[in-house]
Amino acid sequence: MKQILIISGKGGTGKTMLTASLASLAKNKVMVDCDVDAADLYILLKPKIIERFDFIGGKKATKDEKKCVKCGKCKQFCRFNSFDDNLRIDSTACEGCGFCKIVCPVDAIKMVDNISGQYFVSDTKYGDFVHAKLGIAEENSGKLVAKIRDVAKKIAIEKNADYIIIDGTPGIGCPVMASLAGIDLAVIITEPTVSGIHDMQRVIELIKHFKITAKVVINKFDLNLENCEKIKLLCSENNIETIGLIPFDSIVSKSIVNCMPLVEYSDGKISQEIKNIWNKINCKN
Amino acid sequence: MLPIFCINKILINDNNMNNYVISIASGKGGTGKTTVAVNFALSLNNVQFLDCDVEEPNANLFLNAAISKTIDALISVPKIDENLCNYCGKCQEVCQYKSLAIIPSSNNSKGIVLTFPHLCHSCGACVYICPKTAIEEVDKKIGEIEIGNRGDILFASGKLSIGEIMSPYLIKQVKKNINKSRNVIIDAPPGTSCPVIETVKHTDFCVLVTEPTPFGLNDLILAVDVLKKLKIPFGVVINRSDIWNNMINMYCNEENIPILMEIPFDMGIARLYSNGIPFVEKMPHYKQEFIRMFEQIKRILE
Ligand code: SF4
Ligand code: SF4
Repeated sequence: MKQILIISGKGGTGKTMLTASLASLAKNKVMVDCDVDAADLYILLKPKIIERFDFIGGKKATKDEKKCVKCGKCKQFCRFNSFDDNLRIDSTACEGCGFCKIVCPVDAIKMVDNISGQYFVSDTKYGDFVHAKLGIAEENSGKLVAKIRDVAKKIAIEKNADYIIIDGTPGIGCPVMASLAGIDLAVIITEPTVSGIHDMQRVIELIKHFKITAKVVINKFDLNLENCEKIKLLCSENNIETIGLIPFDSIVSKSIVNCMPLVEYSDGKISQEIKNIWNKINCKN
Repeated sequence: MLPIFCINKILINDNNMNNYVISIASGKGGTGKTTVAVNFALSLNNVQFLDCDVEEPNANLFLNAAISKTIDALISVPKIDENLCNYCGKCQEVCQYKSLAIIPSSNNSKGIVLTFPHLCHSCGACVYICPKTAIEEVDKKIGEIEIGNRGDILFASGKLSIGEIMSPYLIKQVKKNINKSRNVIIDAPPGTSCPVIETVKHTDFCVLVTEPTPFGLNDLILAVDVLKKLKIPFGVVINRSDIWNNMINMYCNEENIPILMEIPFDMGIARLYSNGIPFVEKMPHYKQEFIRMFEQIKRILE
């Protein structure tokens, strides 16, 4: 079983569009959307949710006002400014460290499990799909990513799947690192803009750090041919194969607006190119 | 005592001094957040620009501010003096982030102390709890903060080191540079999780940039929920506003969310963007649009 992650560094370069199309092309796979704080893949895959689970990402402090003697120790020790002047807890600031509980002389503070999101196991016409929704203004997206990848892996093993296809998140931080752990191939989708190149460079560094094999797809490549060449050069310098060039075409936004994976919406040039990309990913090695 | 007219004058001056901290965010990435932030900043006077998208800071590819100093961004992590430690394991017990592991000593071997500093949230609980005062806090670099200016625009930006995950802590440090004598424009990271919350928190207003696609709308709704929870006033900029129908406008009207600006799709803007050129430089009429947007935000806040 191979785990393939679609990733980009910069947001909005076409990650979800590509993931949905690869999901439609690949046989015998499980799909995961790791973008837990702005999940979009479900819009294209139209899942039928079979099971939903609460995700407990950590703990948060709560205070028993009846016990509290207003000594202010909790506020004094909390490094996250979670206590206001009336010693009330701002739960969006609390990091669940439990320091306040330790220092409270009258045991007024309790650490309680915090449901920081939900995750879903679904059926789609493309196969099993796992995605999540981080609660509003909640943290621990990295842990939630690790959780849903774990769930997907169990399903994949159980069903003897050949692939796990994973939609990544933008950036290089905590959810991205959780998405990268144990990946067999990272497909980086970028665009020929100065920011696309800059962000891709950071992702390449991260991927090298984790010693993961990567391949690159350049989306909207004809927007700026000069930058496109720069990307190719950067890839070859880093021993990364460029496996596809997708031209700028309004058909892409049309497919999204119609909530369909591109390869199903049209079978024009771009569809053909994505099929080639899949063949290059799918080939042995 | 000052004569009445003098007090009046001071009040008026005070009003002029009334600057705002405005964050530019978007649930979905790639909707044009940085573009709006940069072009907005270039259209106003007396501006400070902060790039808080510390995982992928790229505003300066467009602003080209000259960097005058680079500061290491540090957090404190525990360092255990094994000469003092008796391997009681209290620190491991108290740490909620599994950043410390203590293997107790046995008859034939000495105990082992393991620290995983990249997991540490710098809460300080381990230092407090240690009965042997064996733990001290030491600095660990998680990234850099660049400070500079482009002409009259003051600039600061954070850059997270590769392999680090504590973006919110770096964002906090970038925000320490906020200069209230300026109008502060802050470029936020994409998404709706902790780095975004850290960025938009305590800003006076948030501009949400979106695009009219099902993805754009889906992620806009998530971002709106976050801002409502944090009680931050906000408005929406619709980028590439003509690529589909008016779904965003309808949503905003229903929810009573002000639409601050609509930017139609323009291949010229896309090309300028690809080369790192802020479009107000080539299309100065947009400056008027951004100034108008600023006036609208001020009216909302008054
Ligand atoms: S648990 Fe930690 S972060 Fe939360 S309120 Fe208590 S001291 Fe502050
Ligand atoms: S430390 Fe305990 S008693 Fe003191 S103010 Fe905080 S909650 Fe109240």
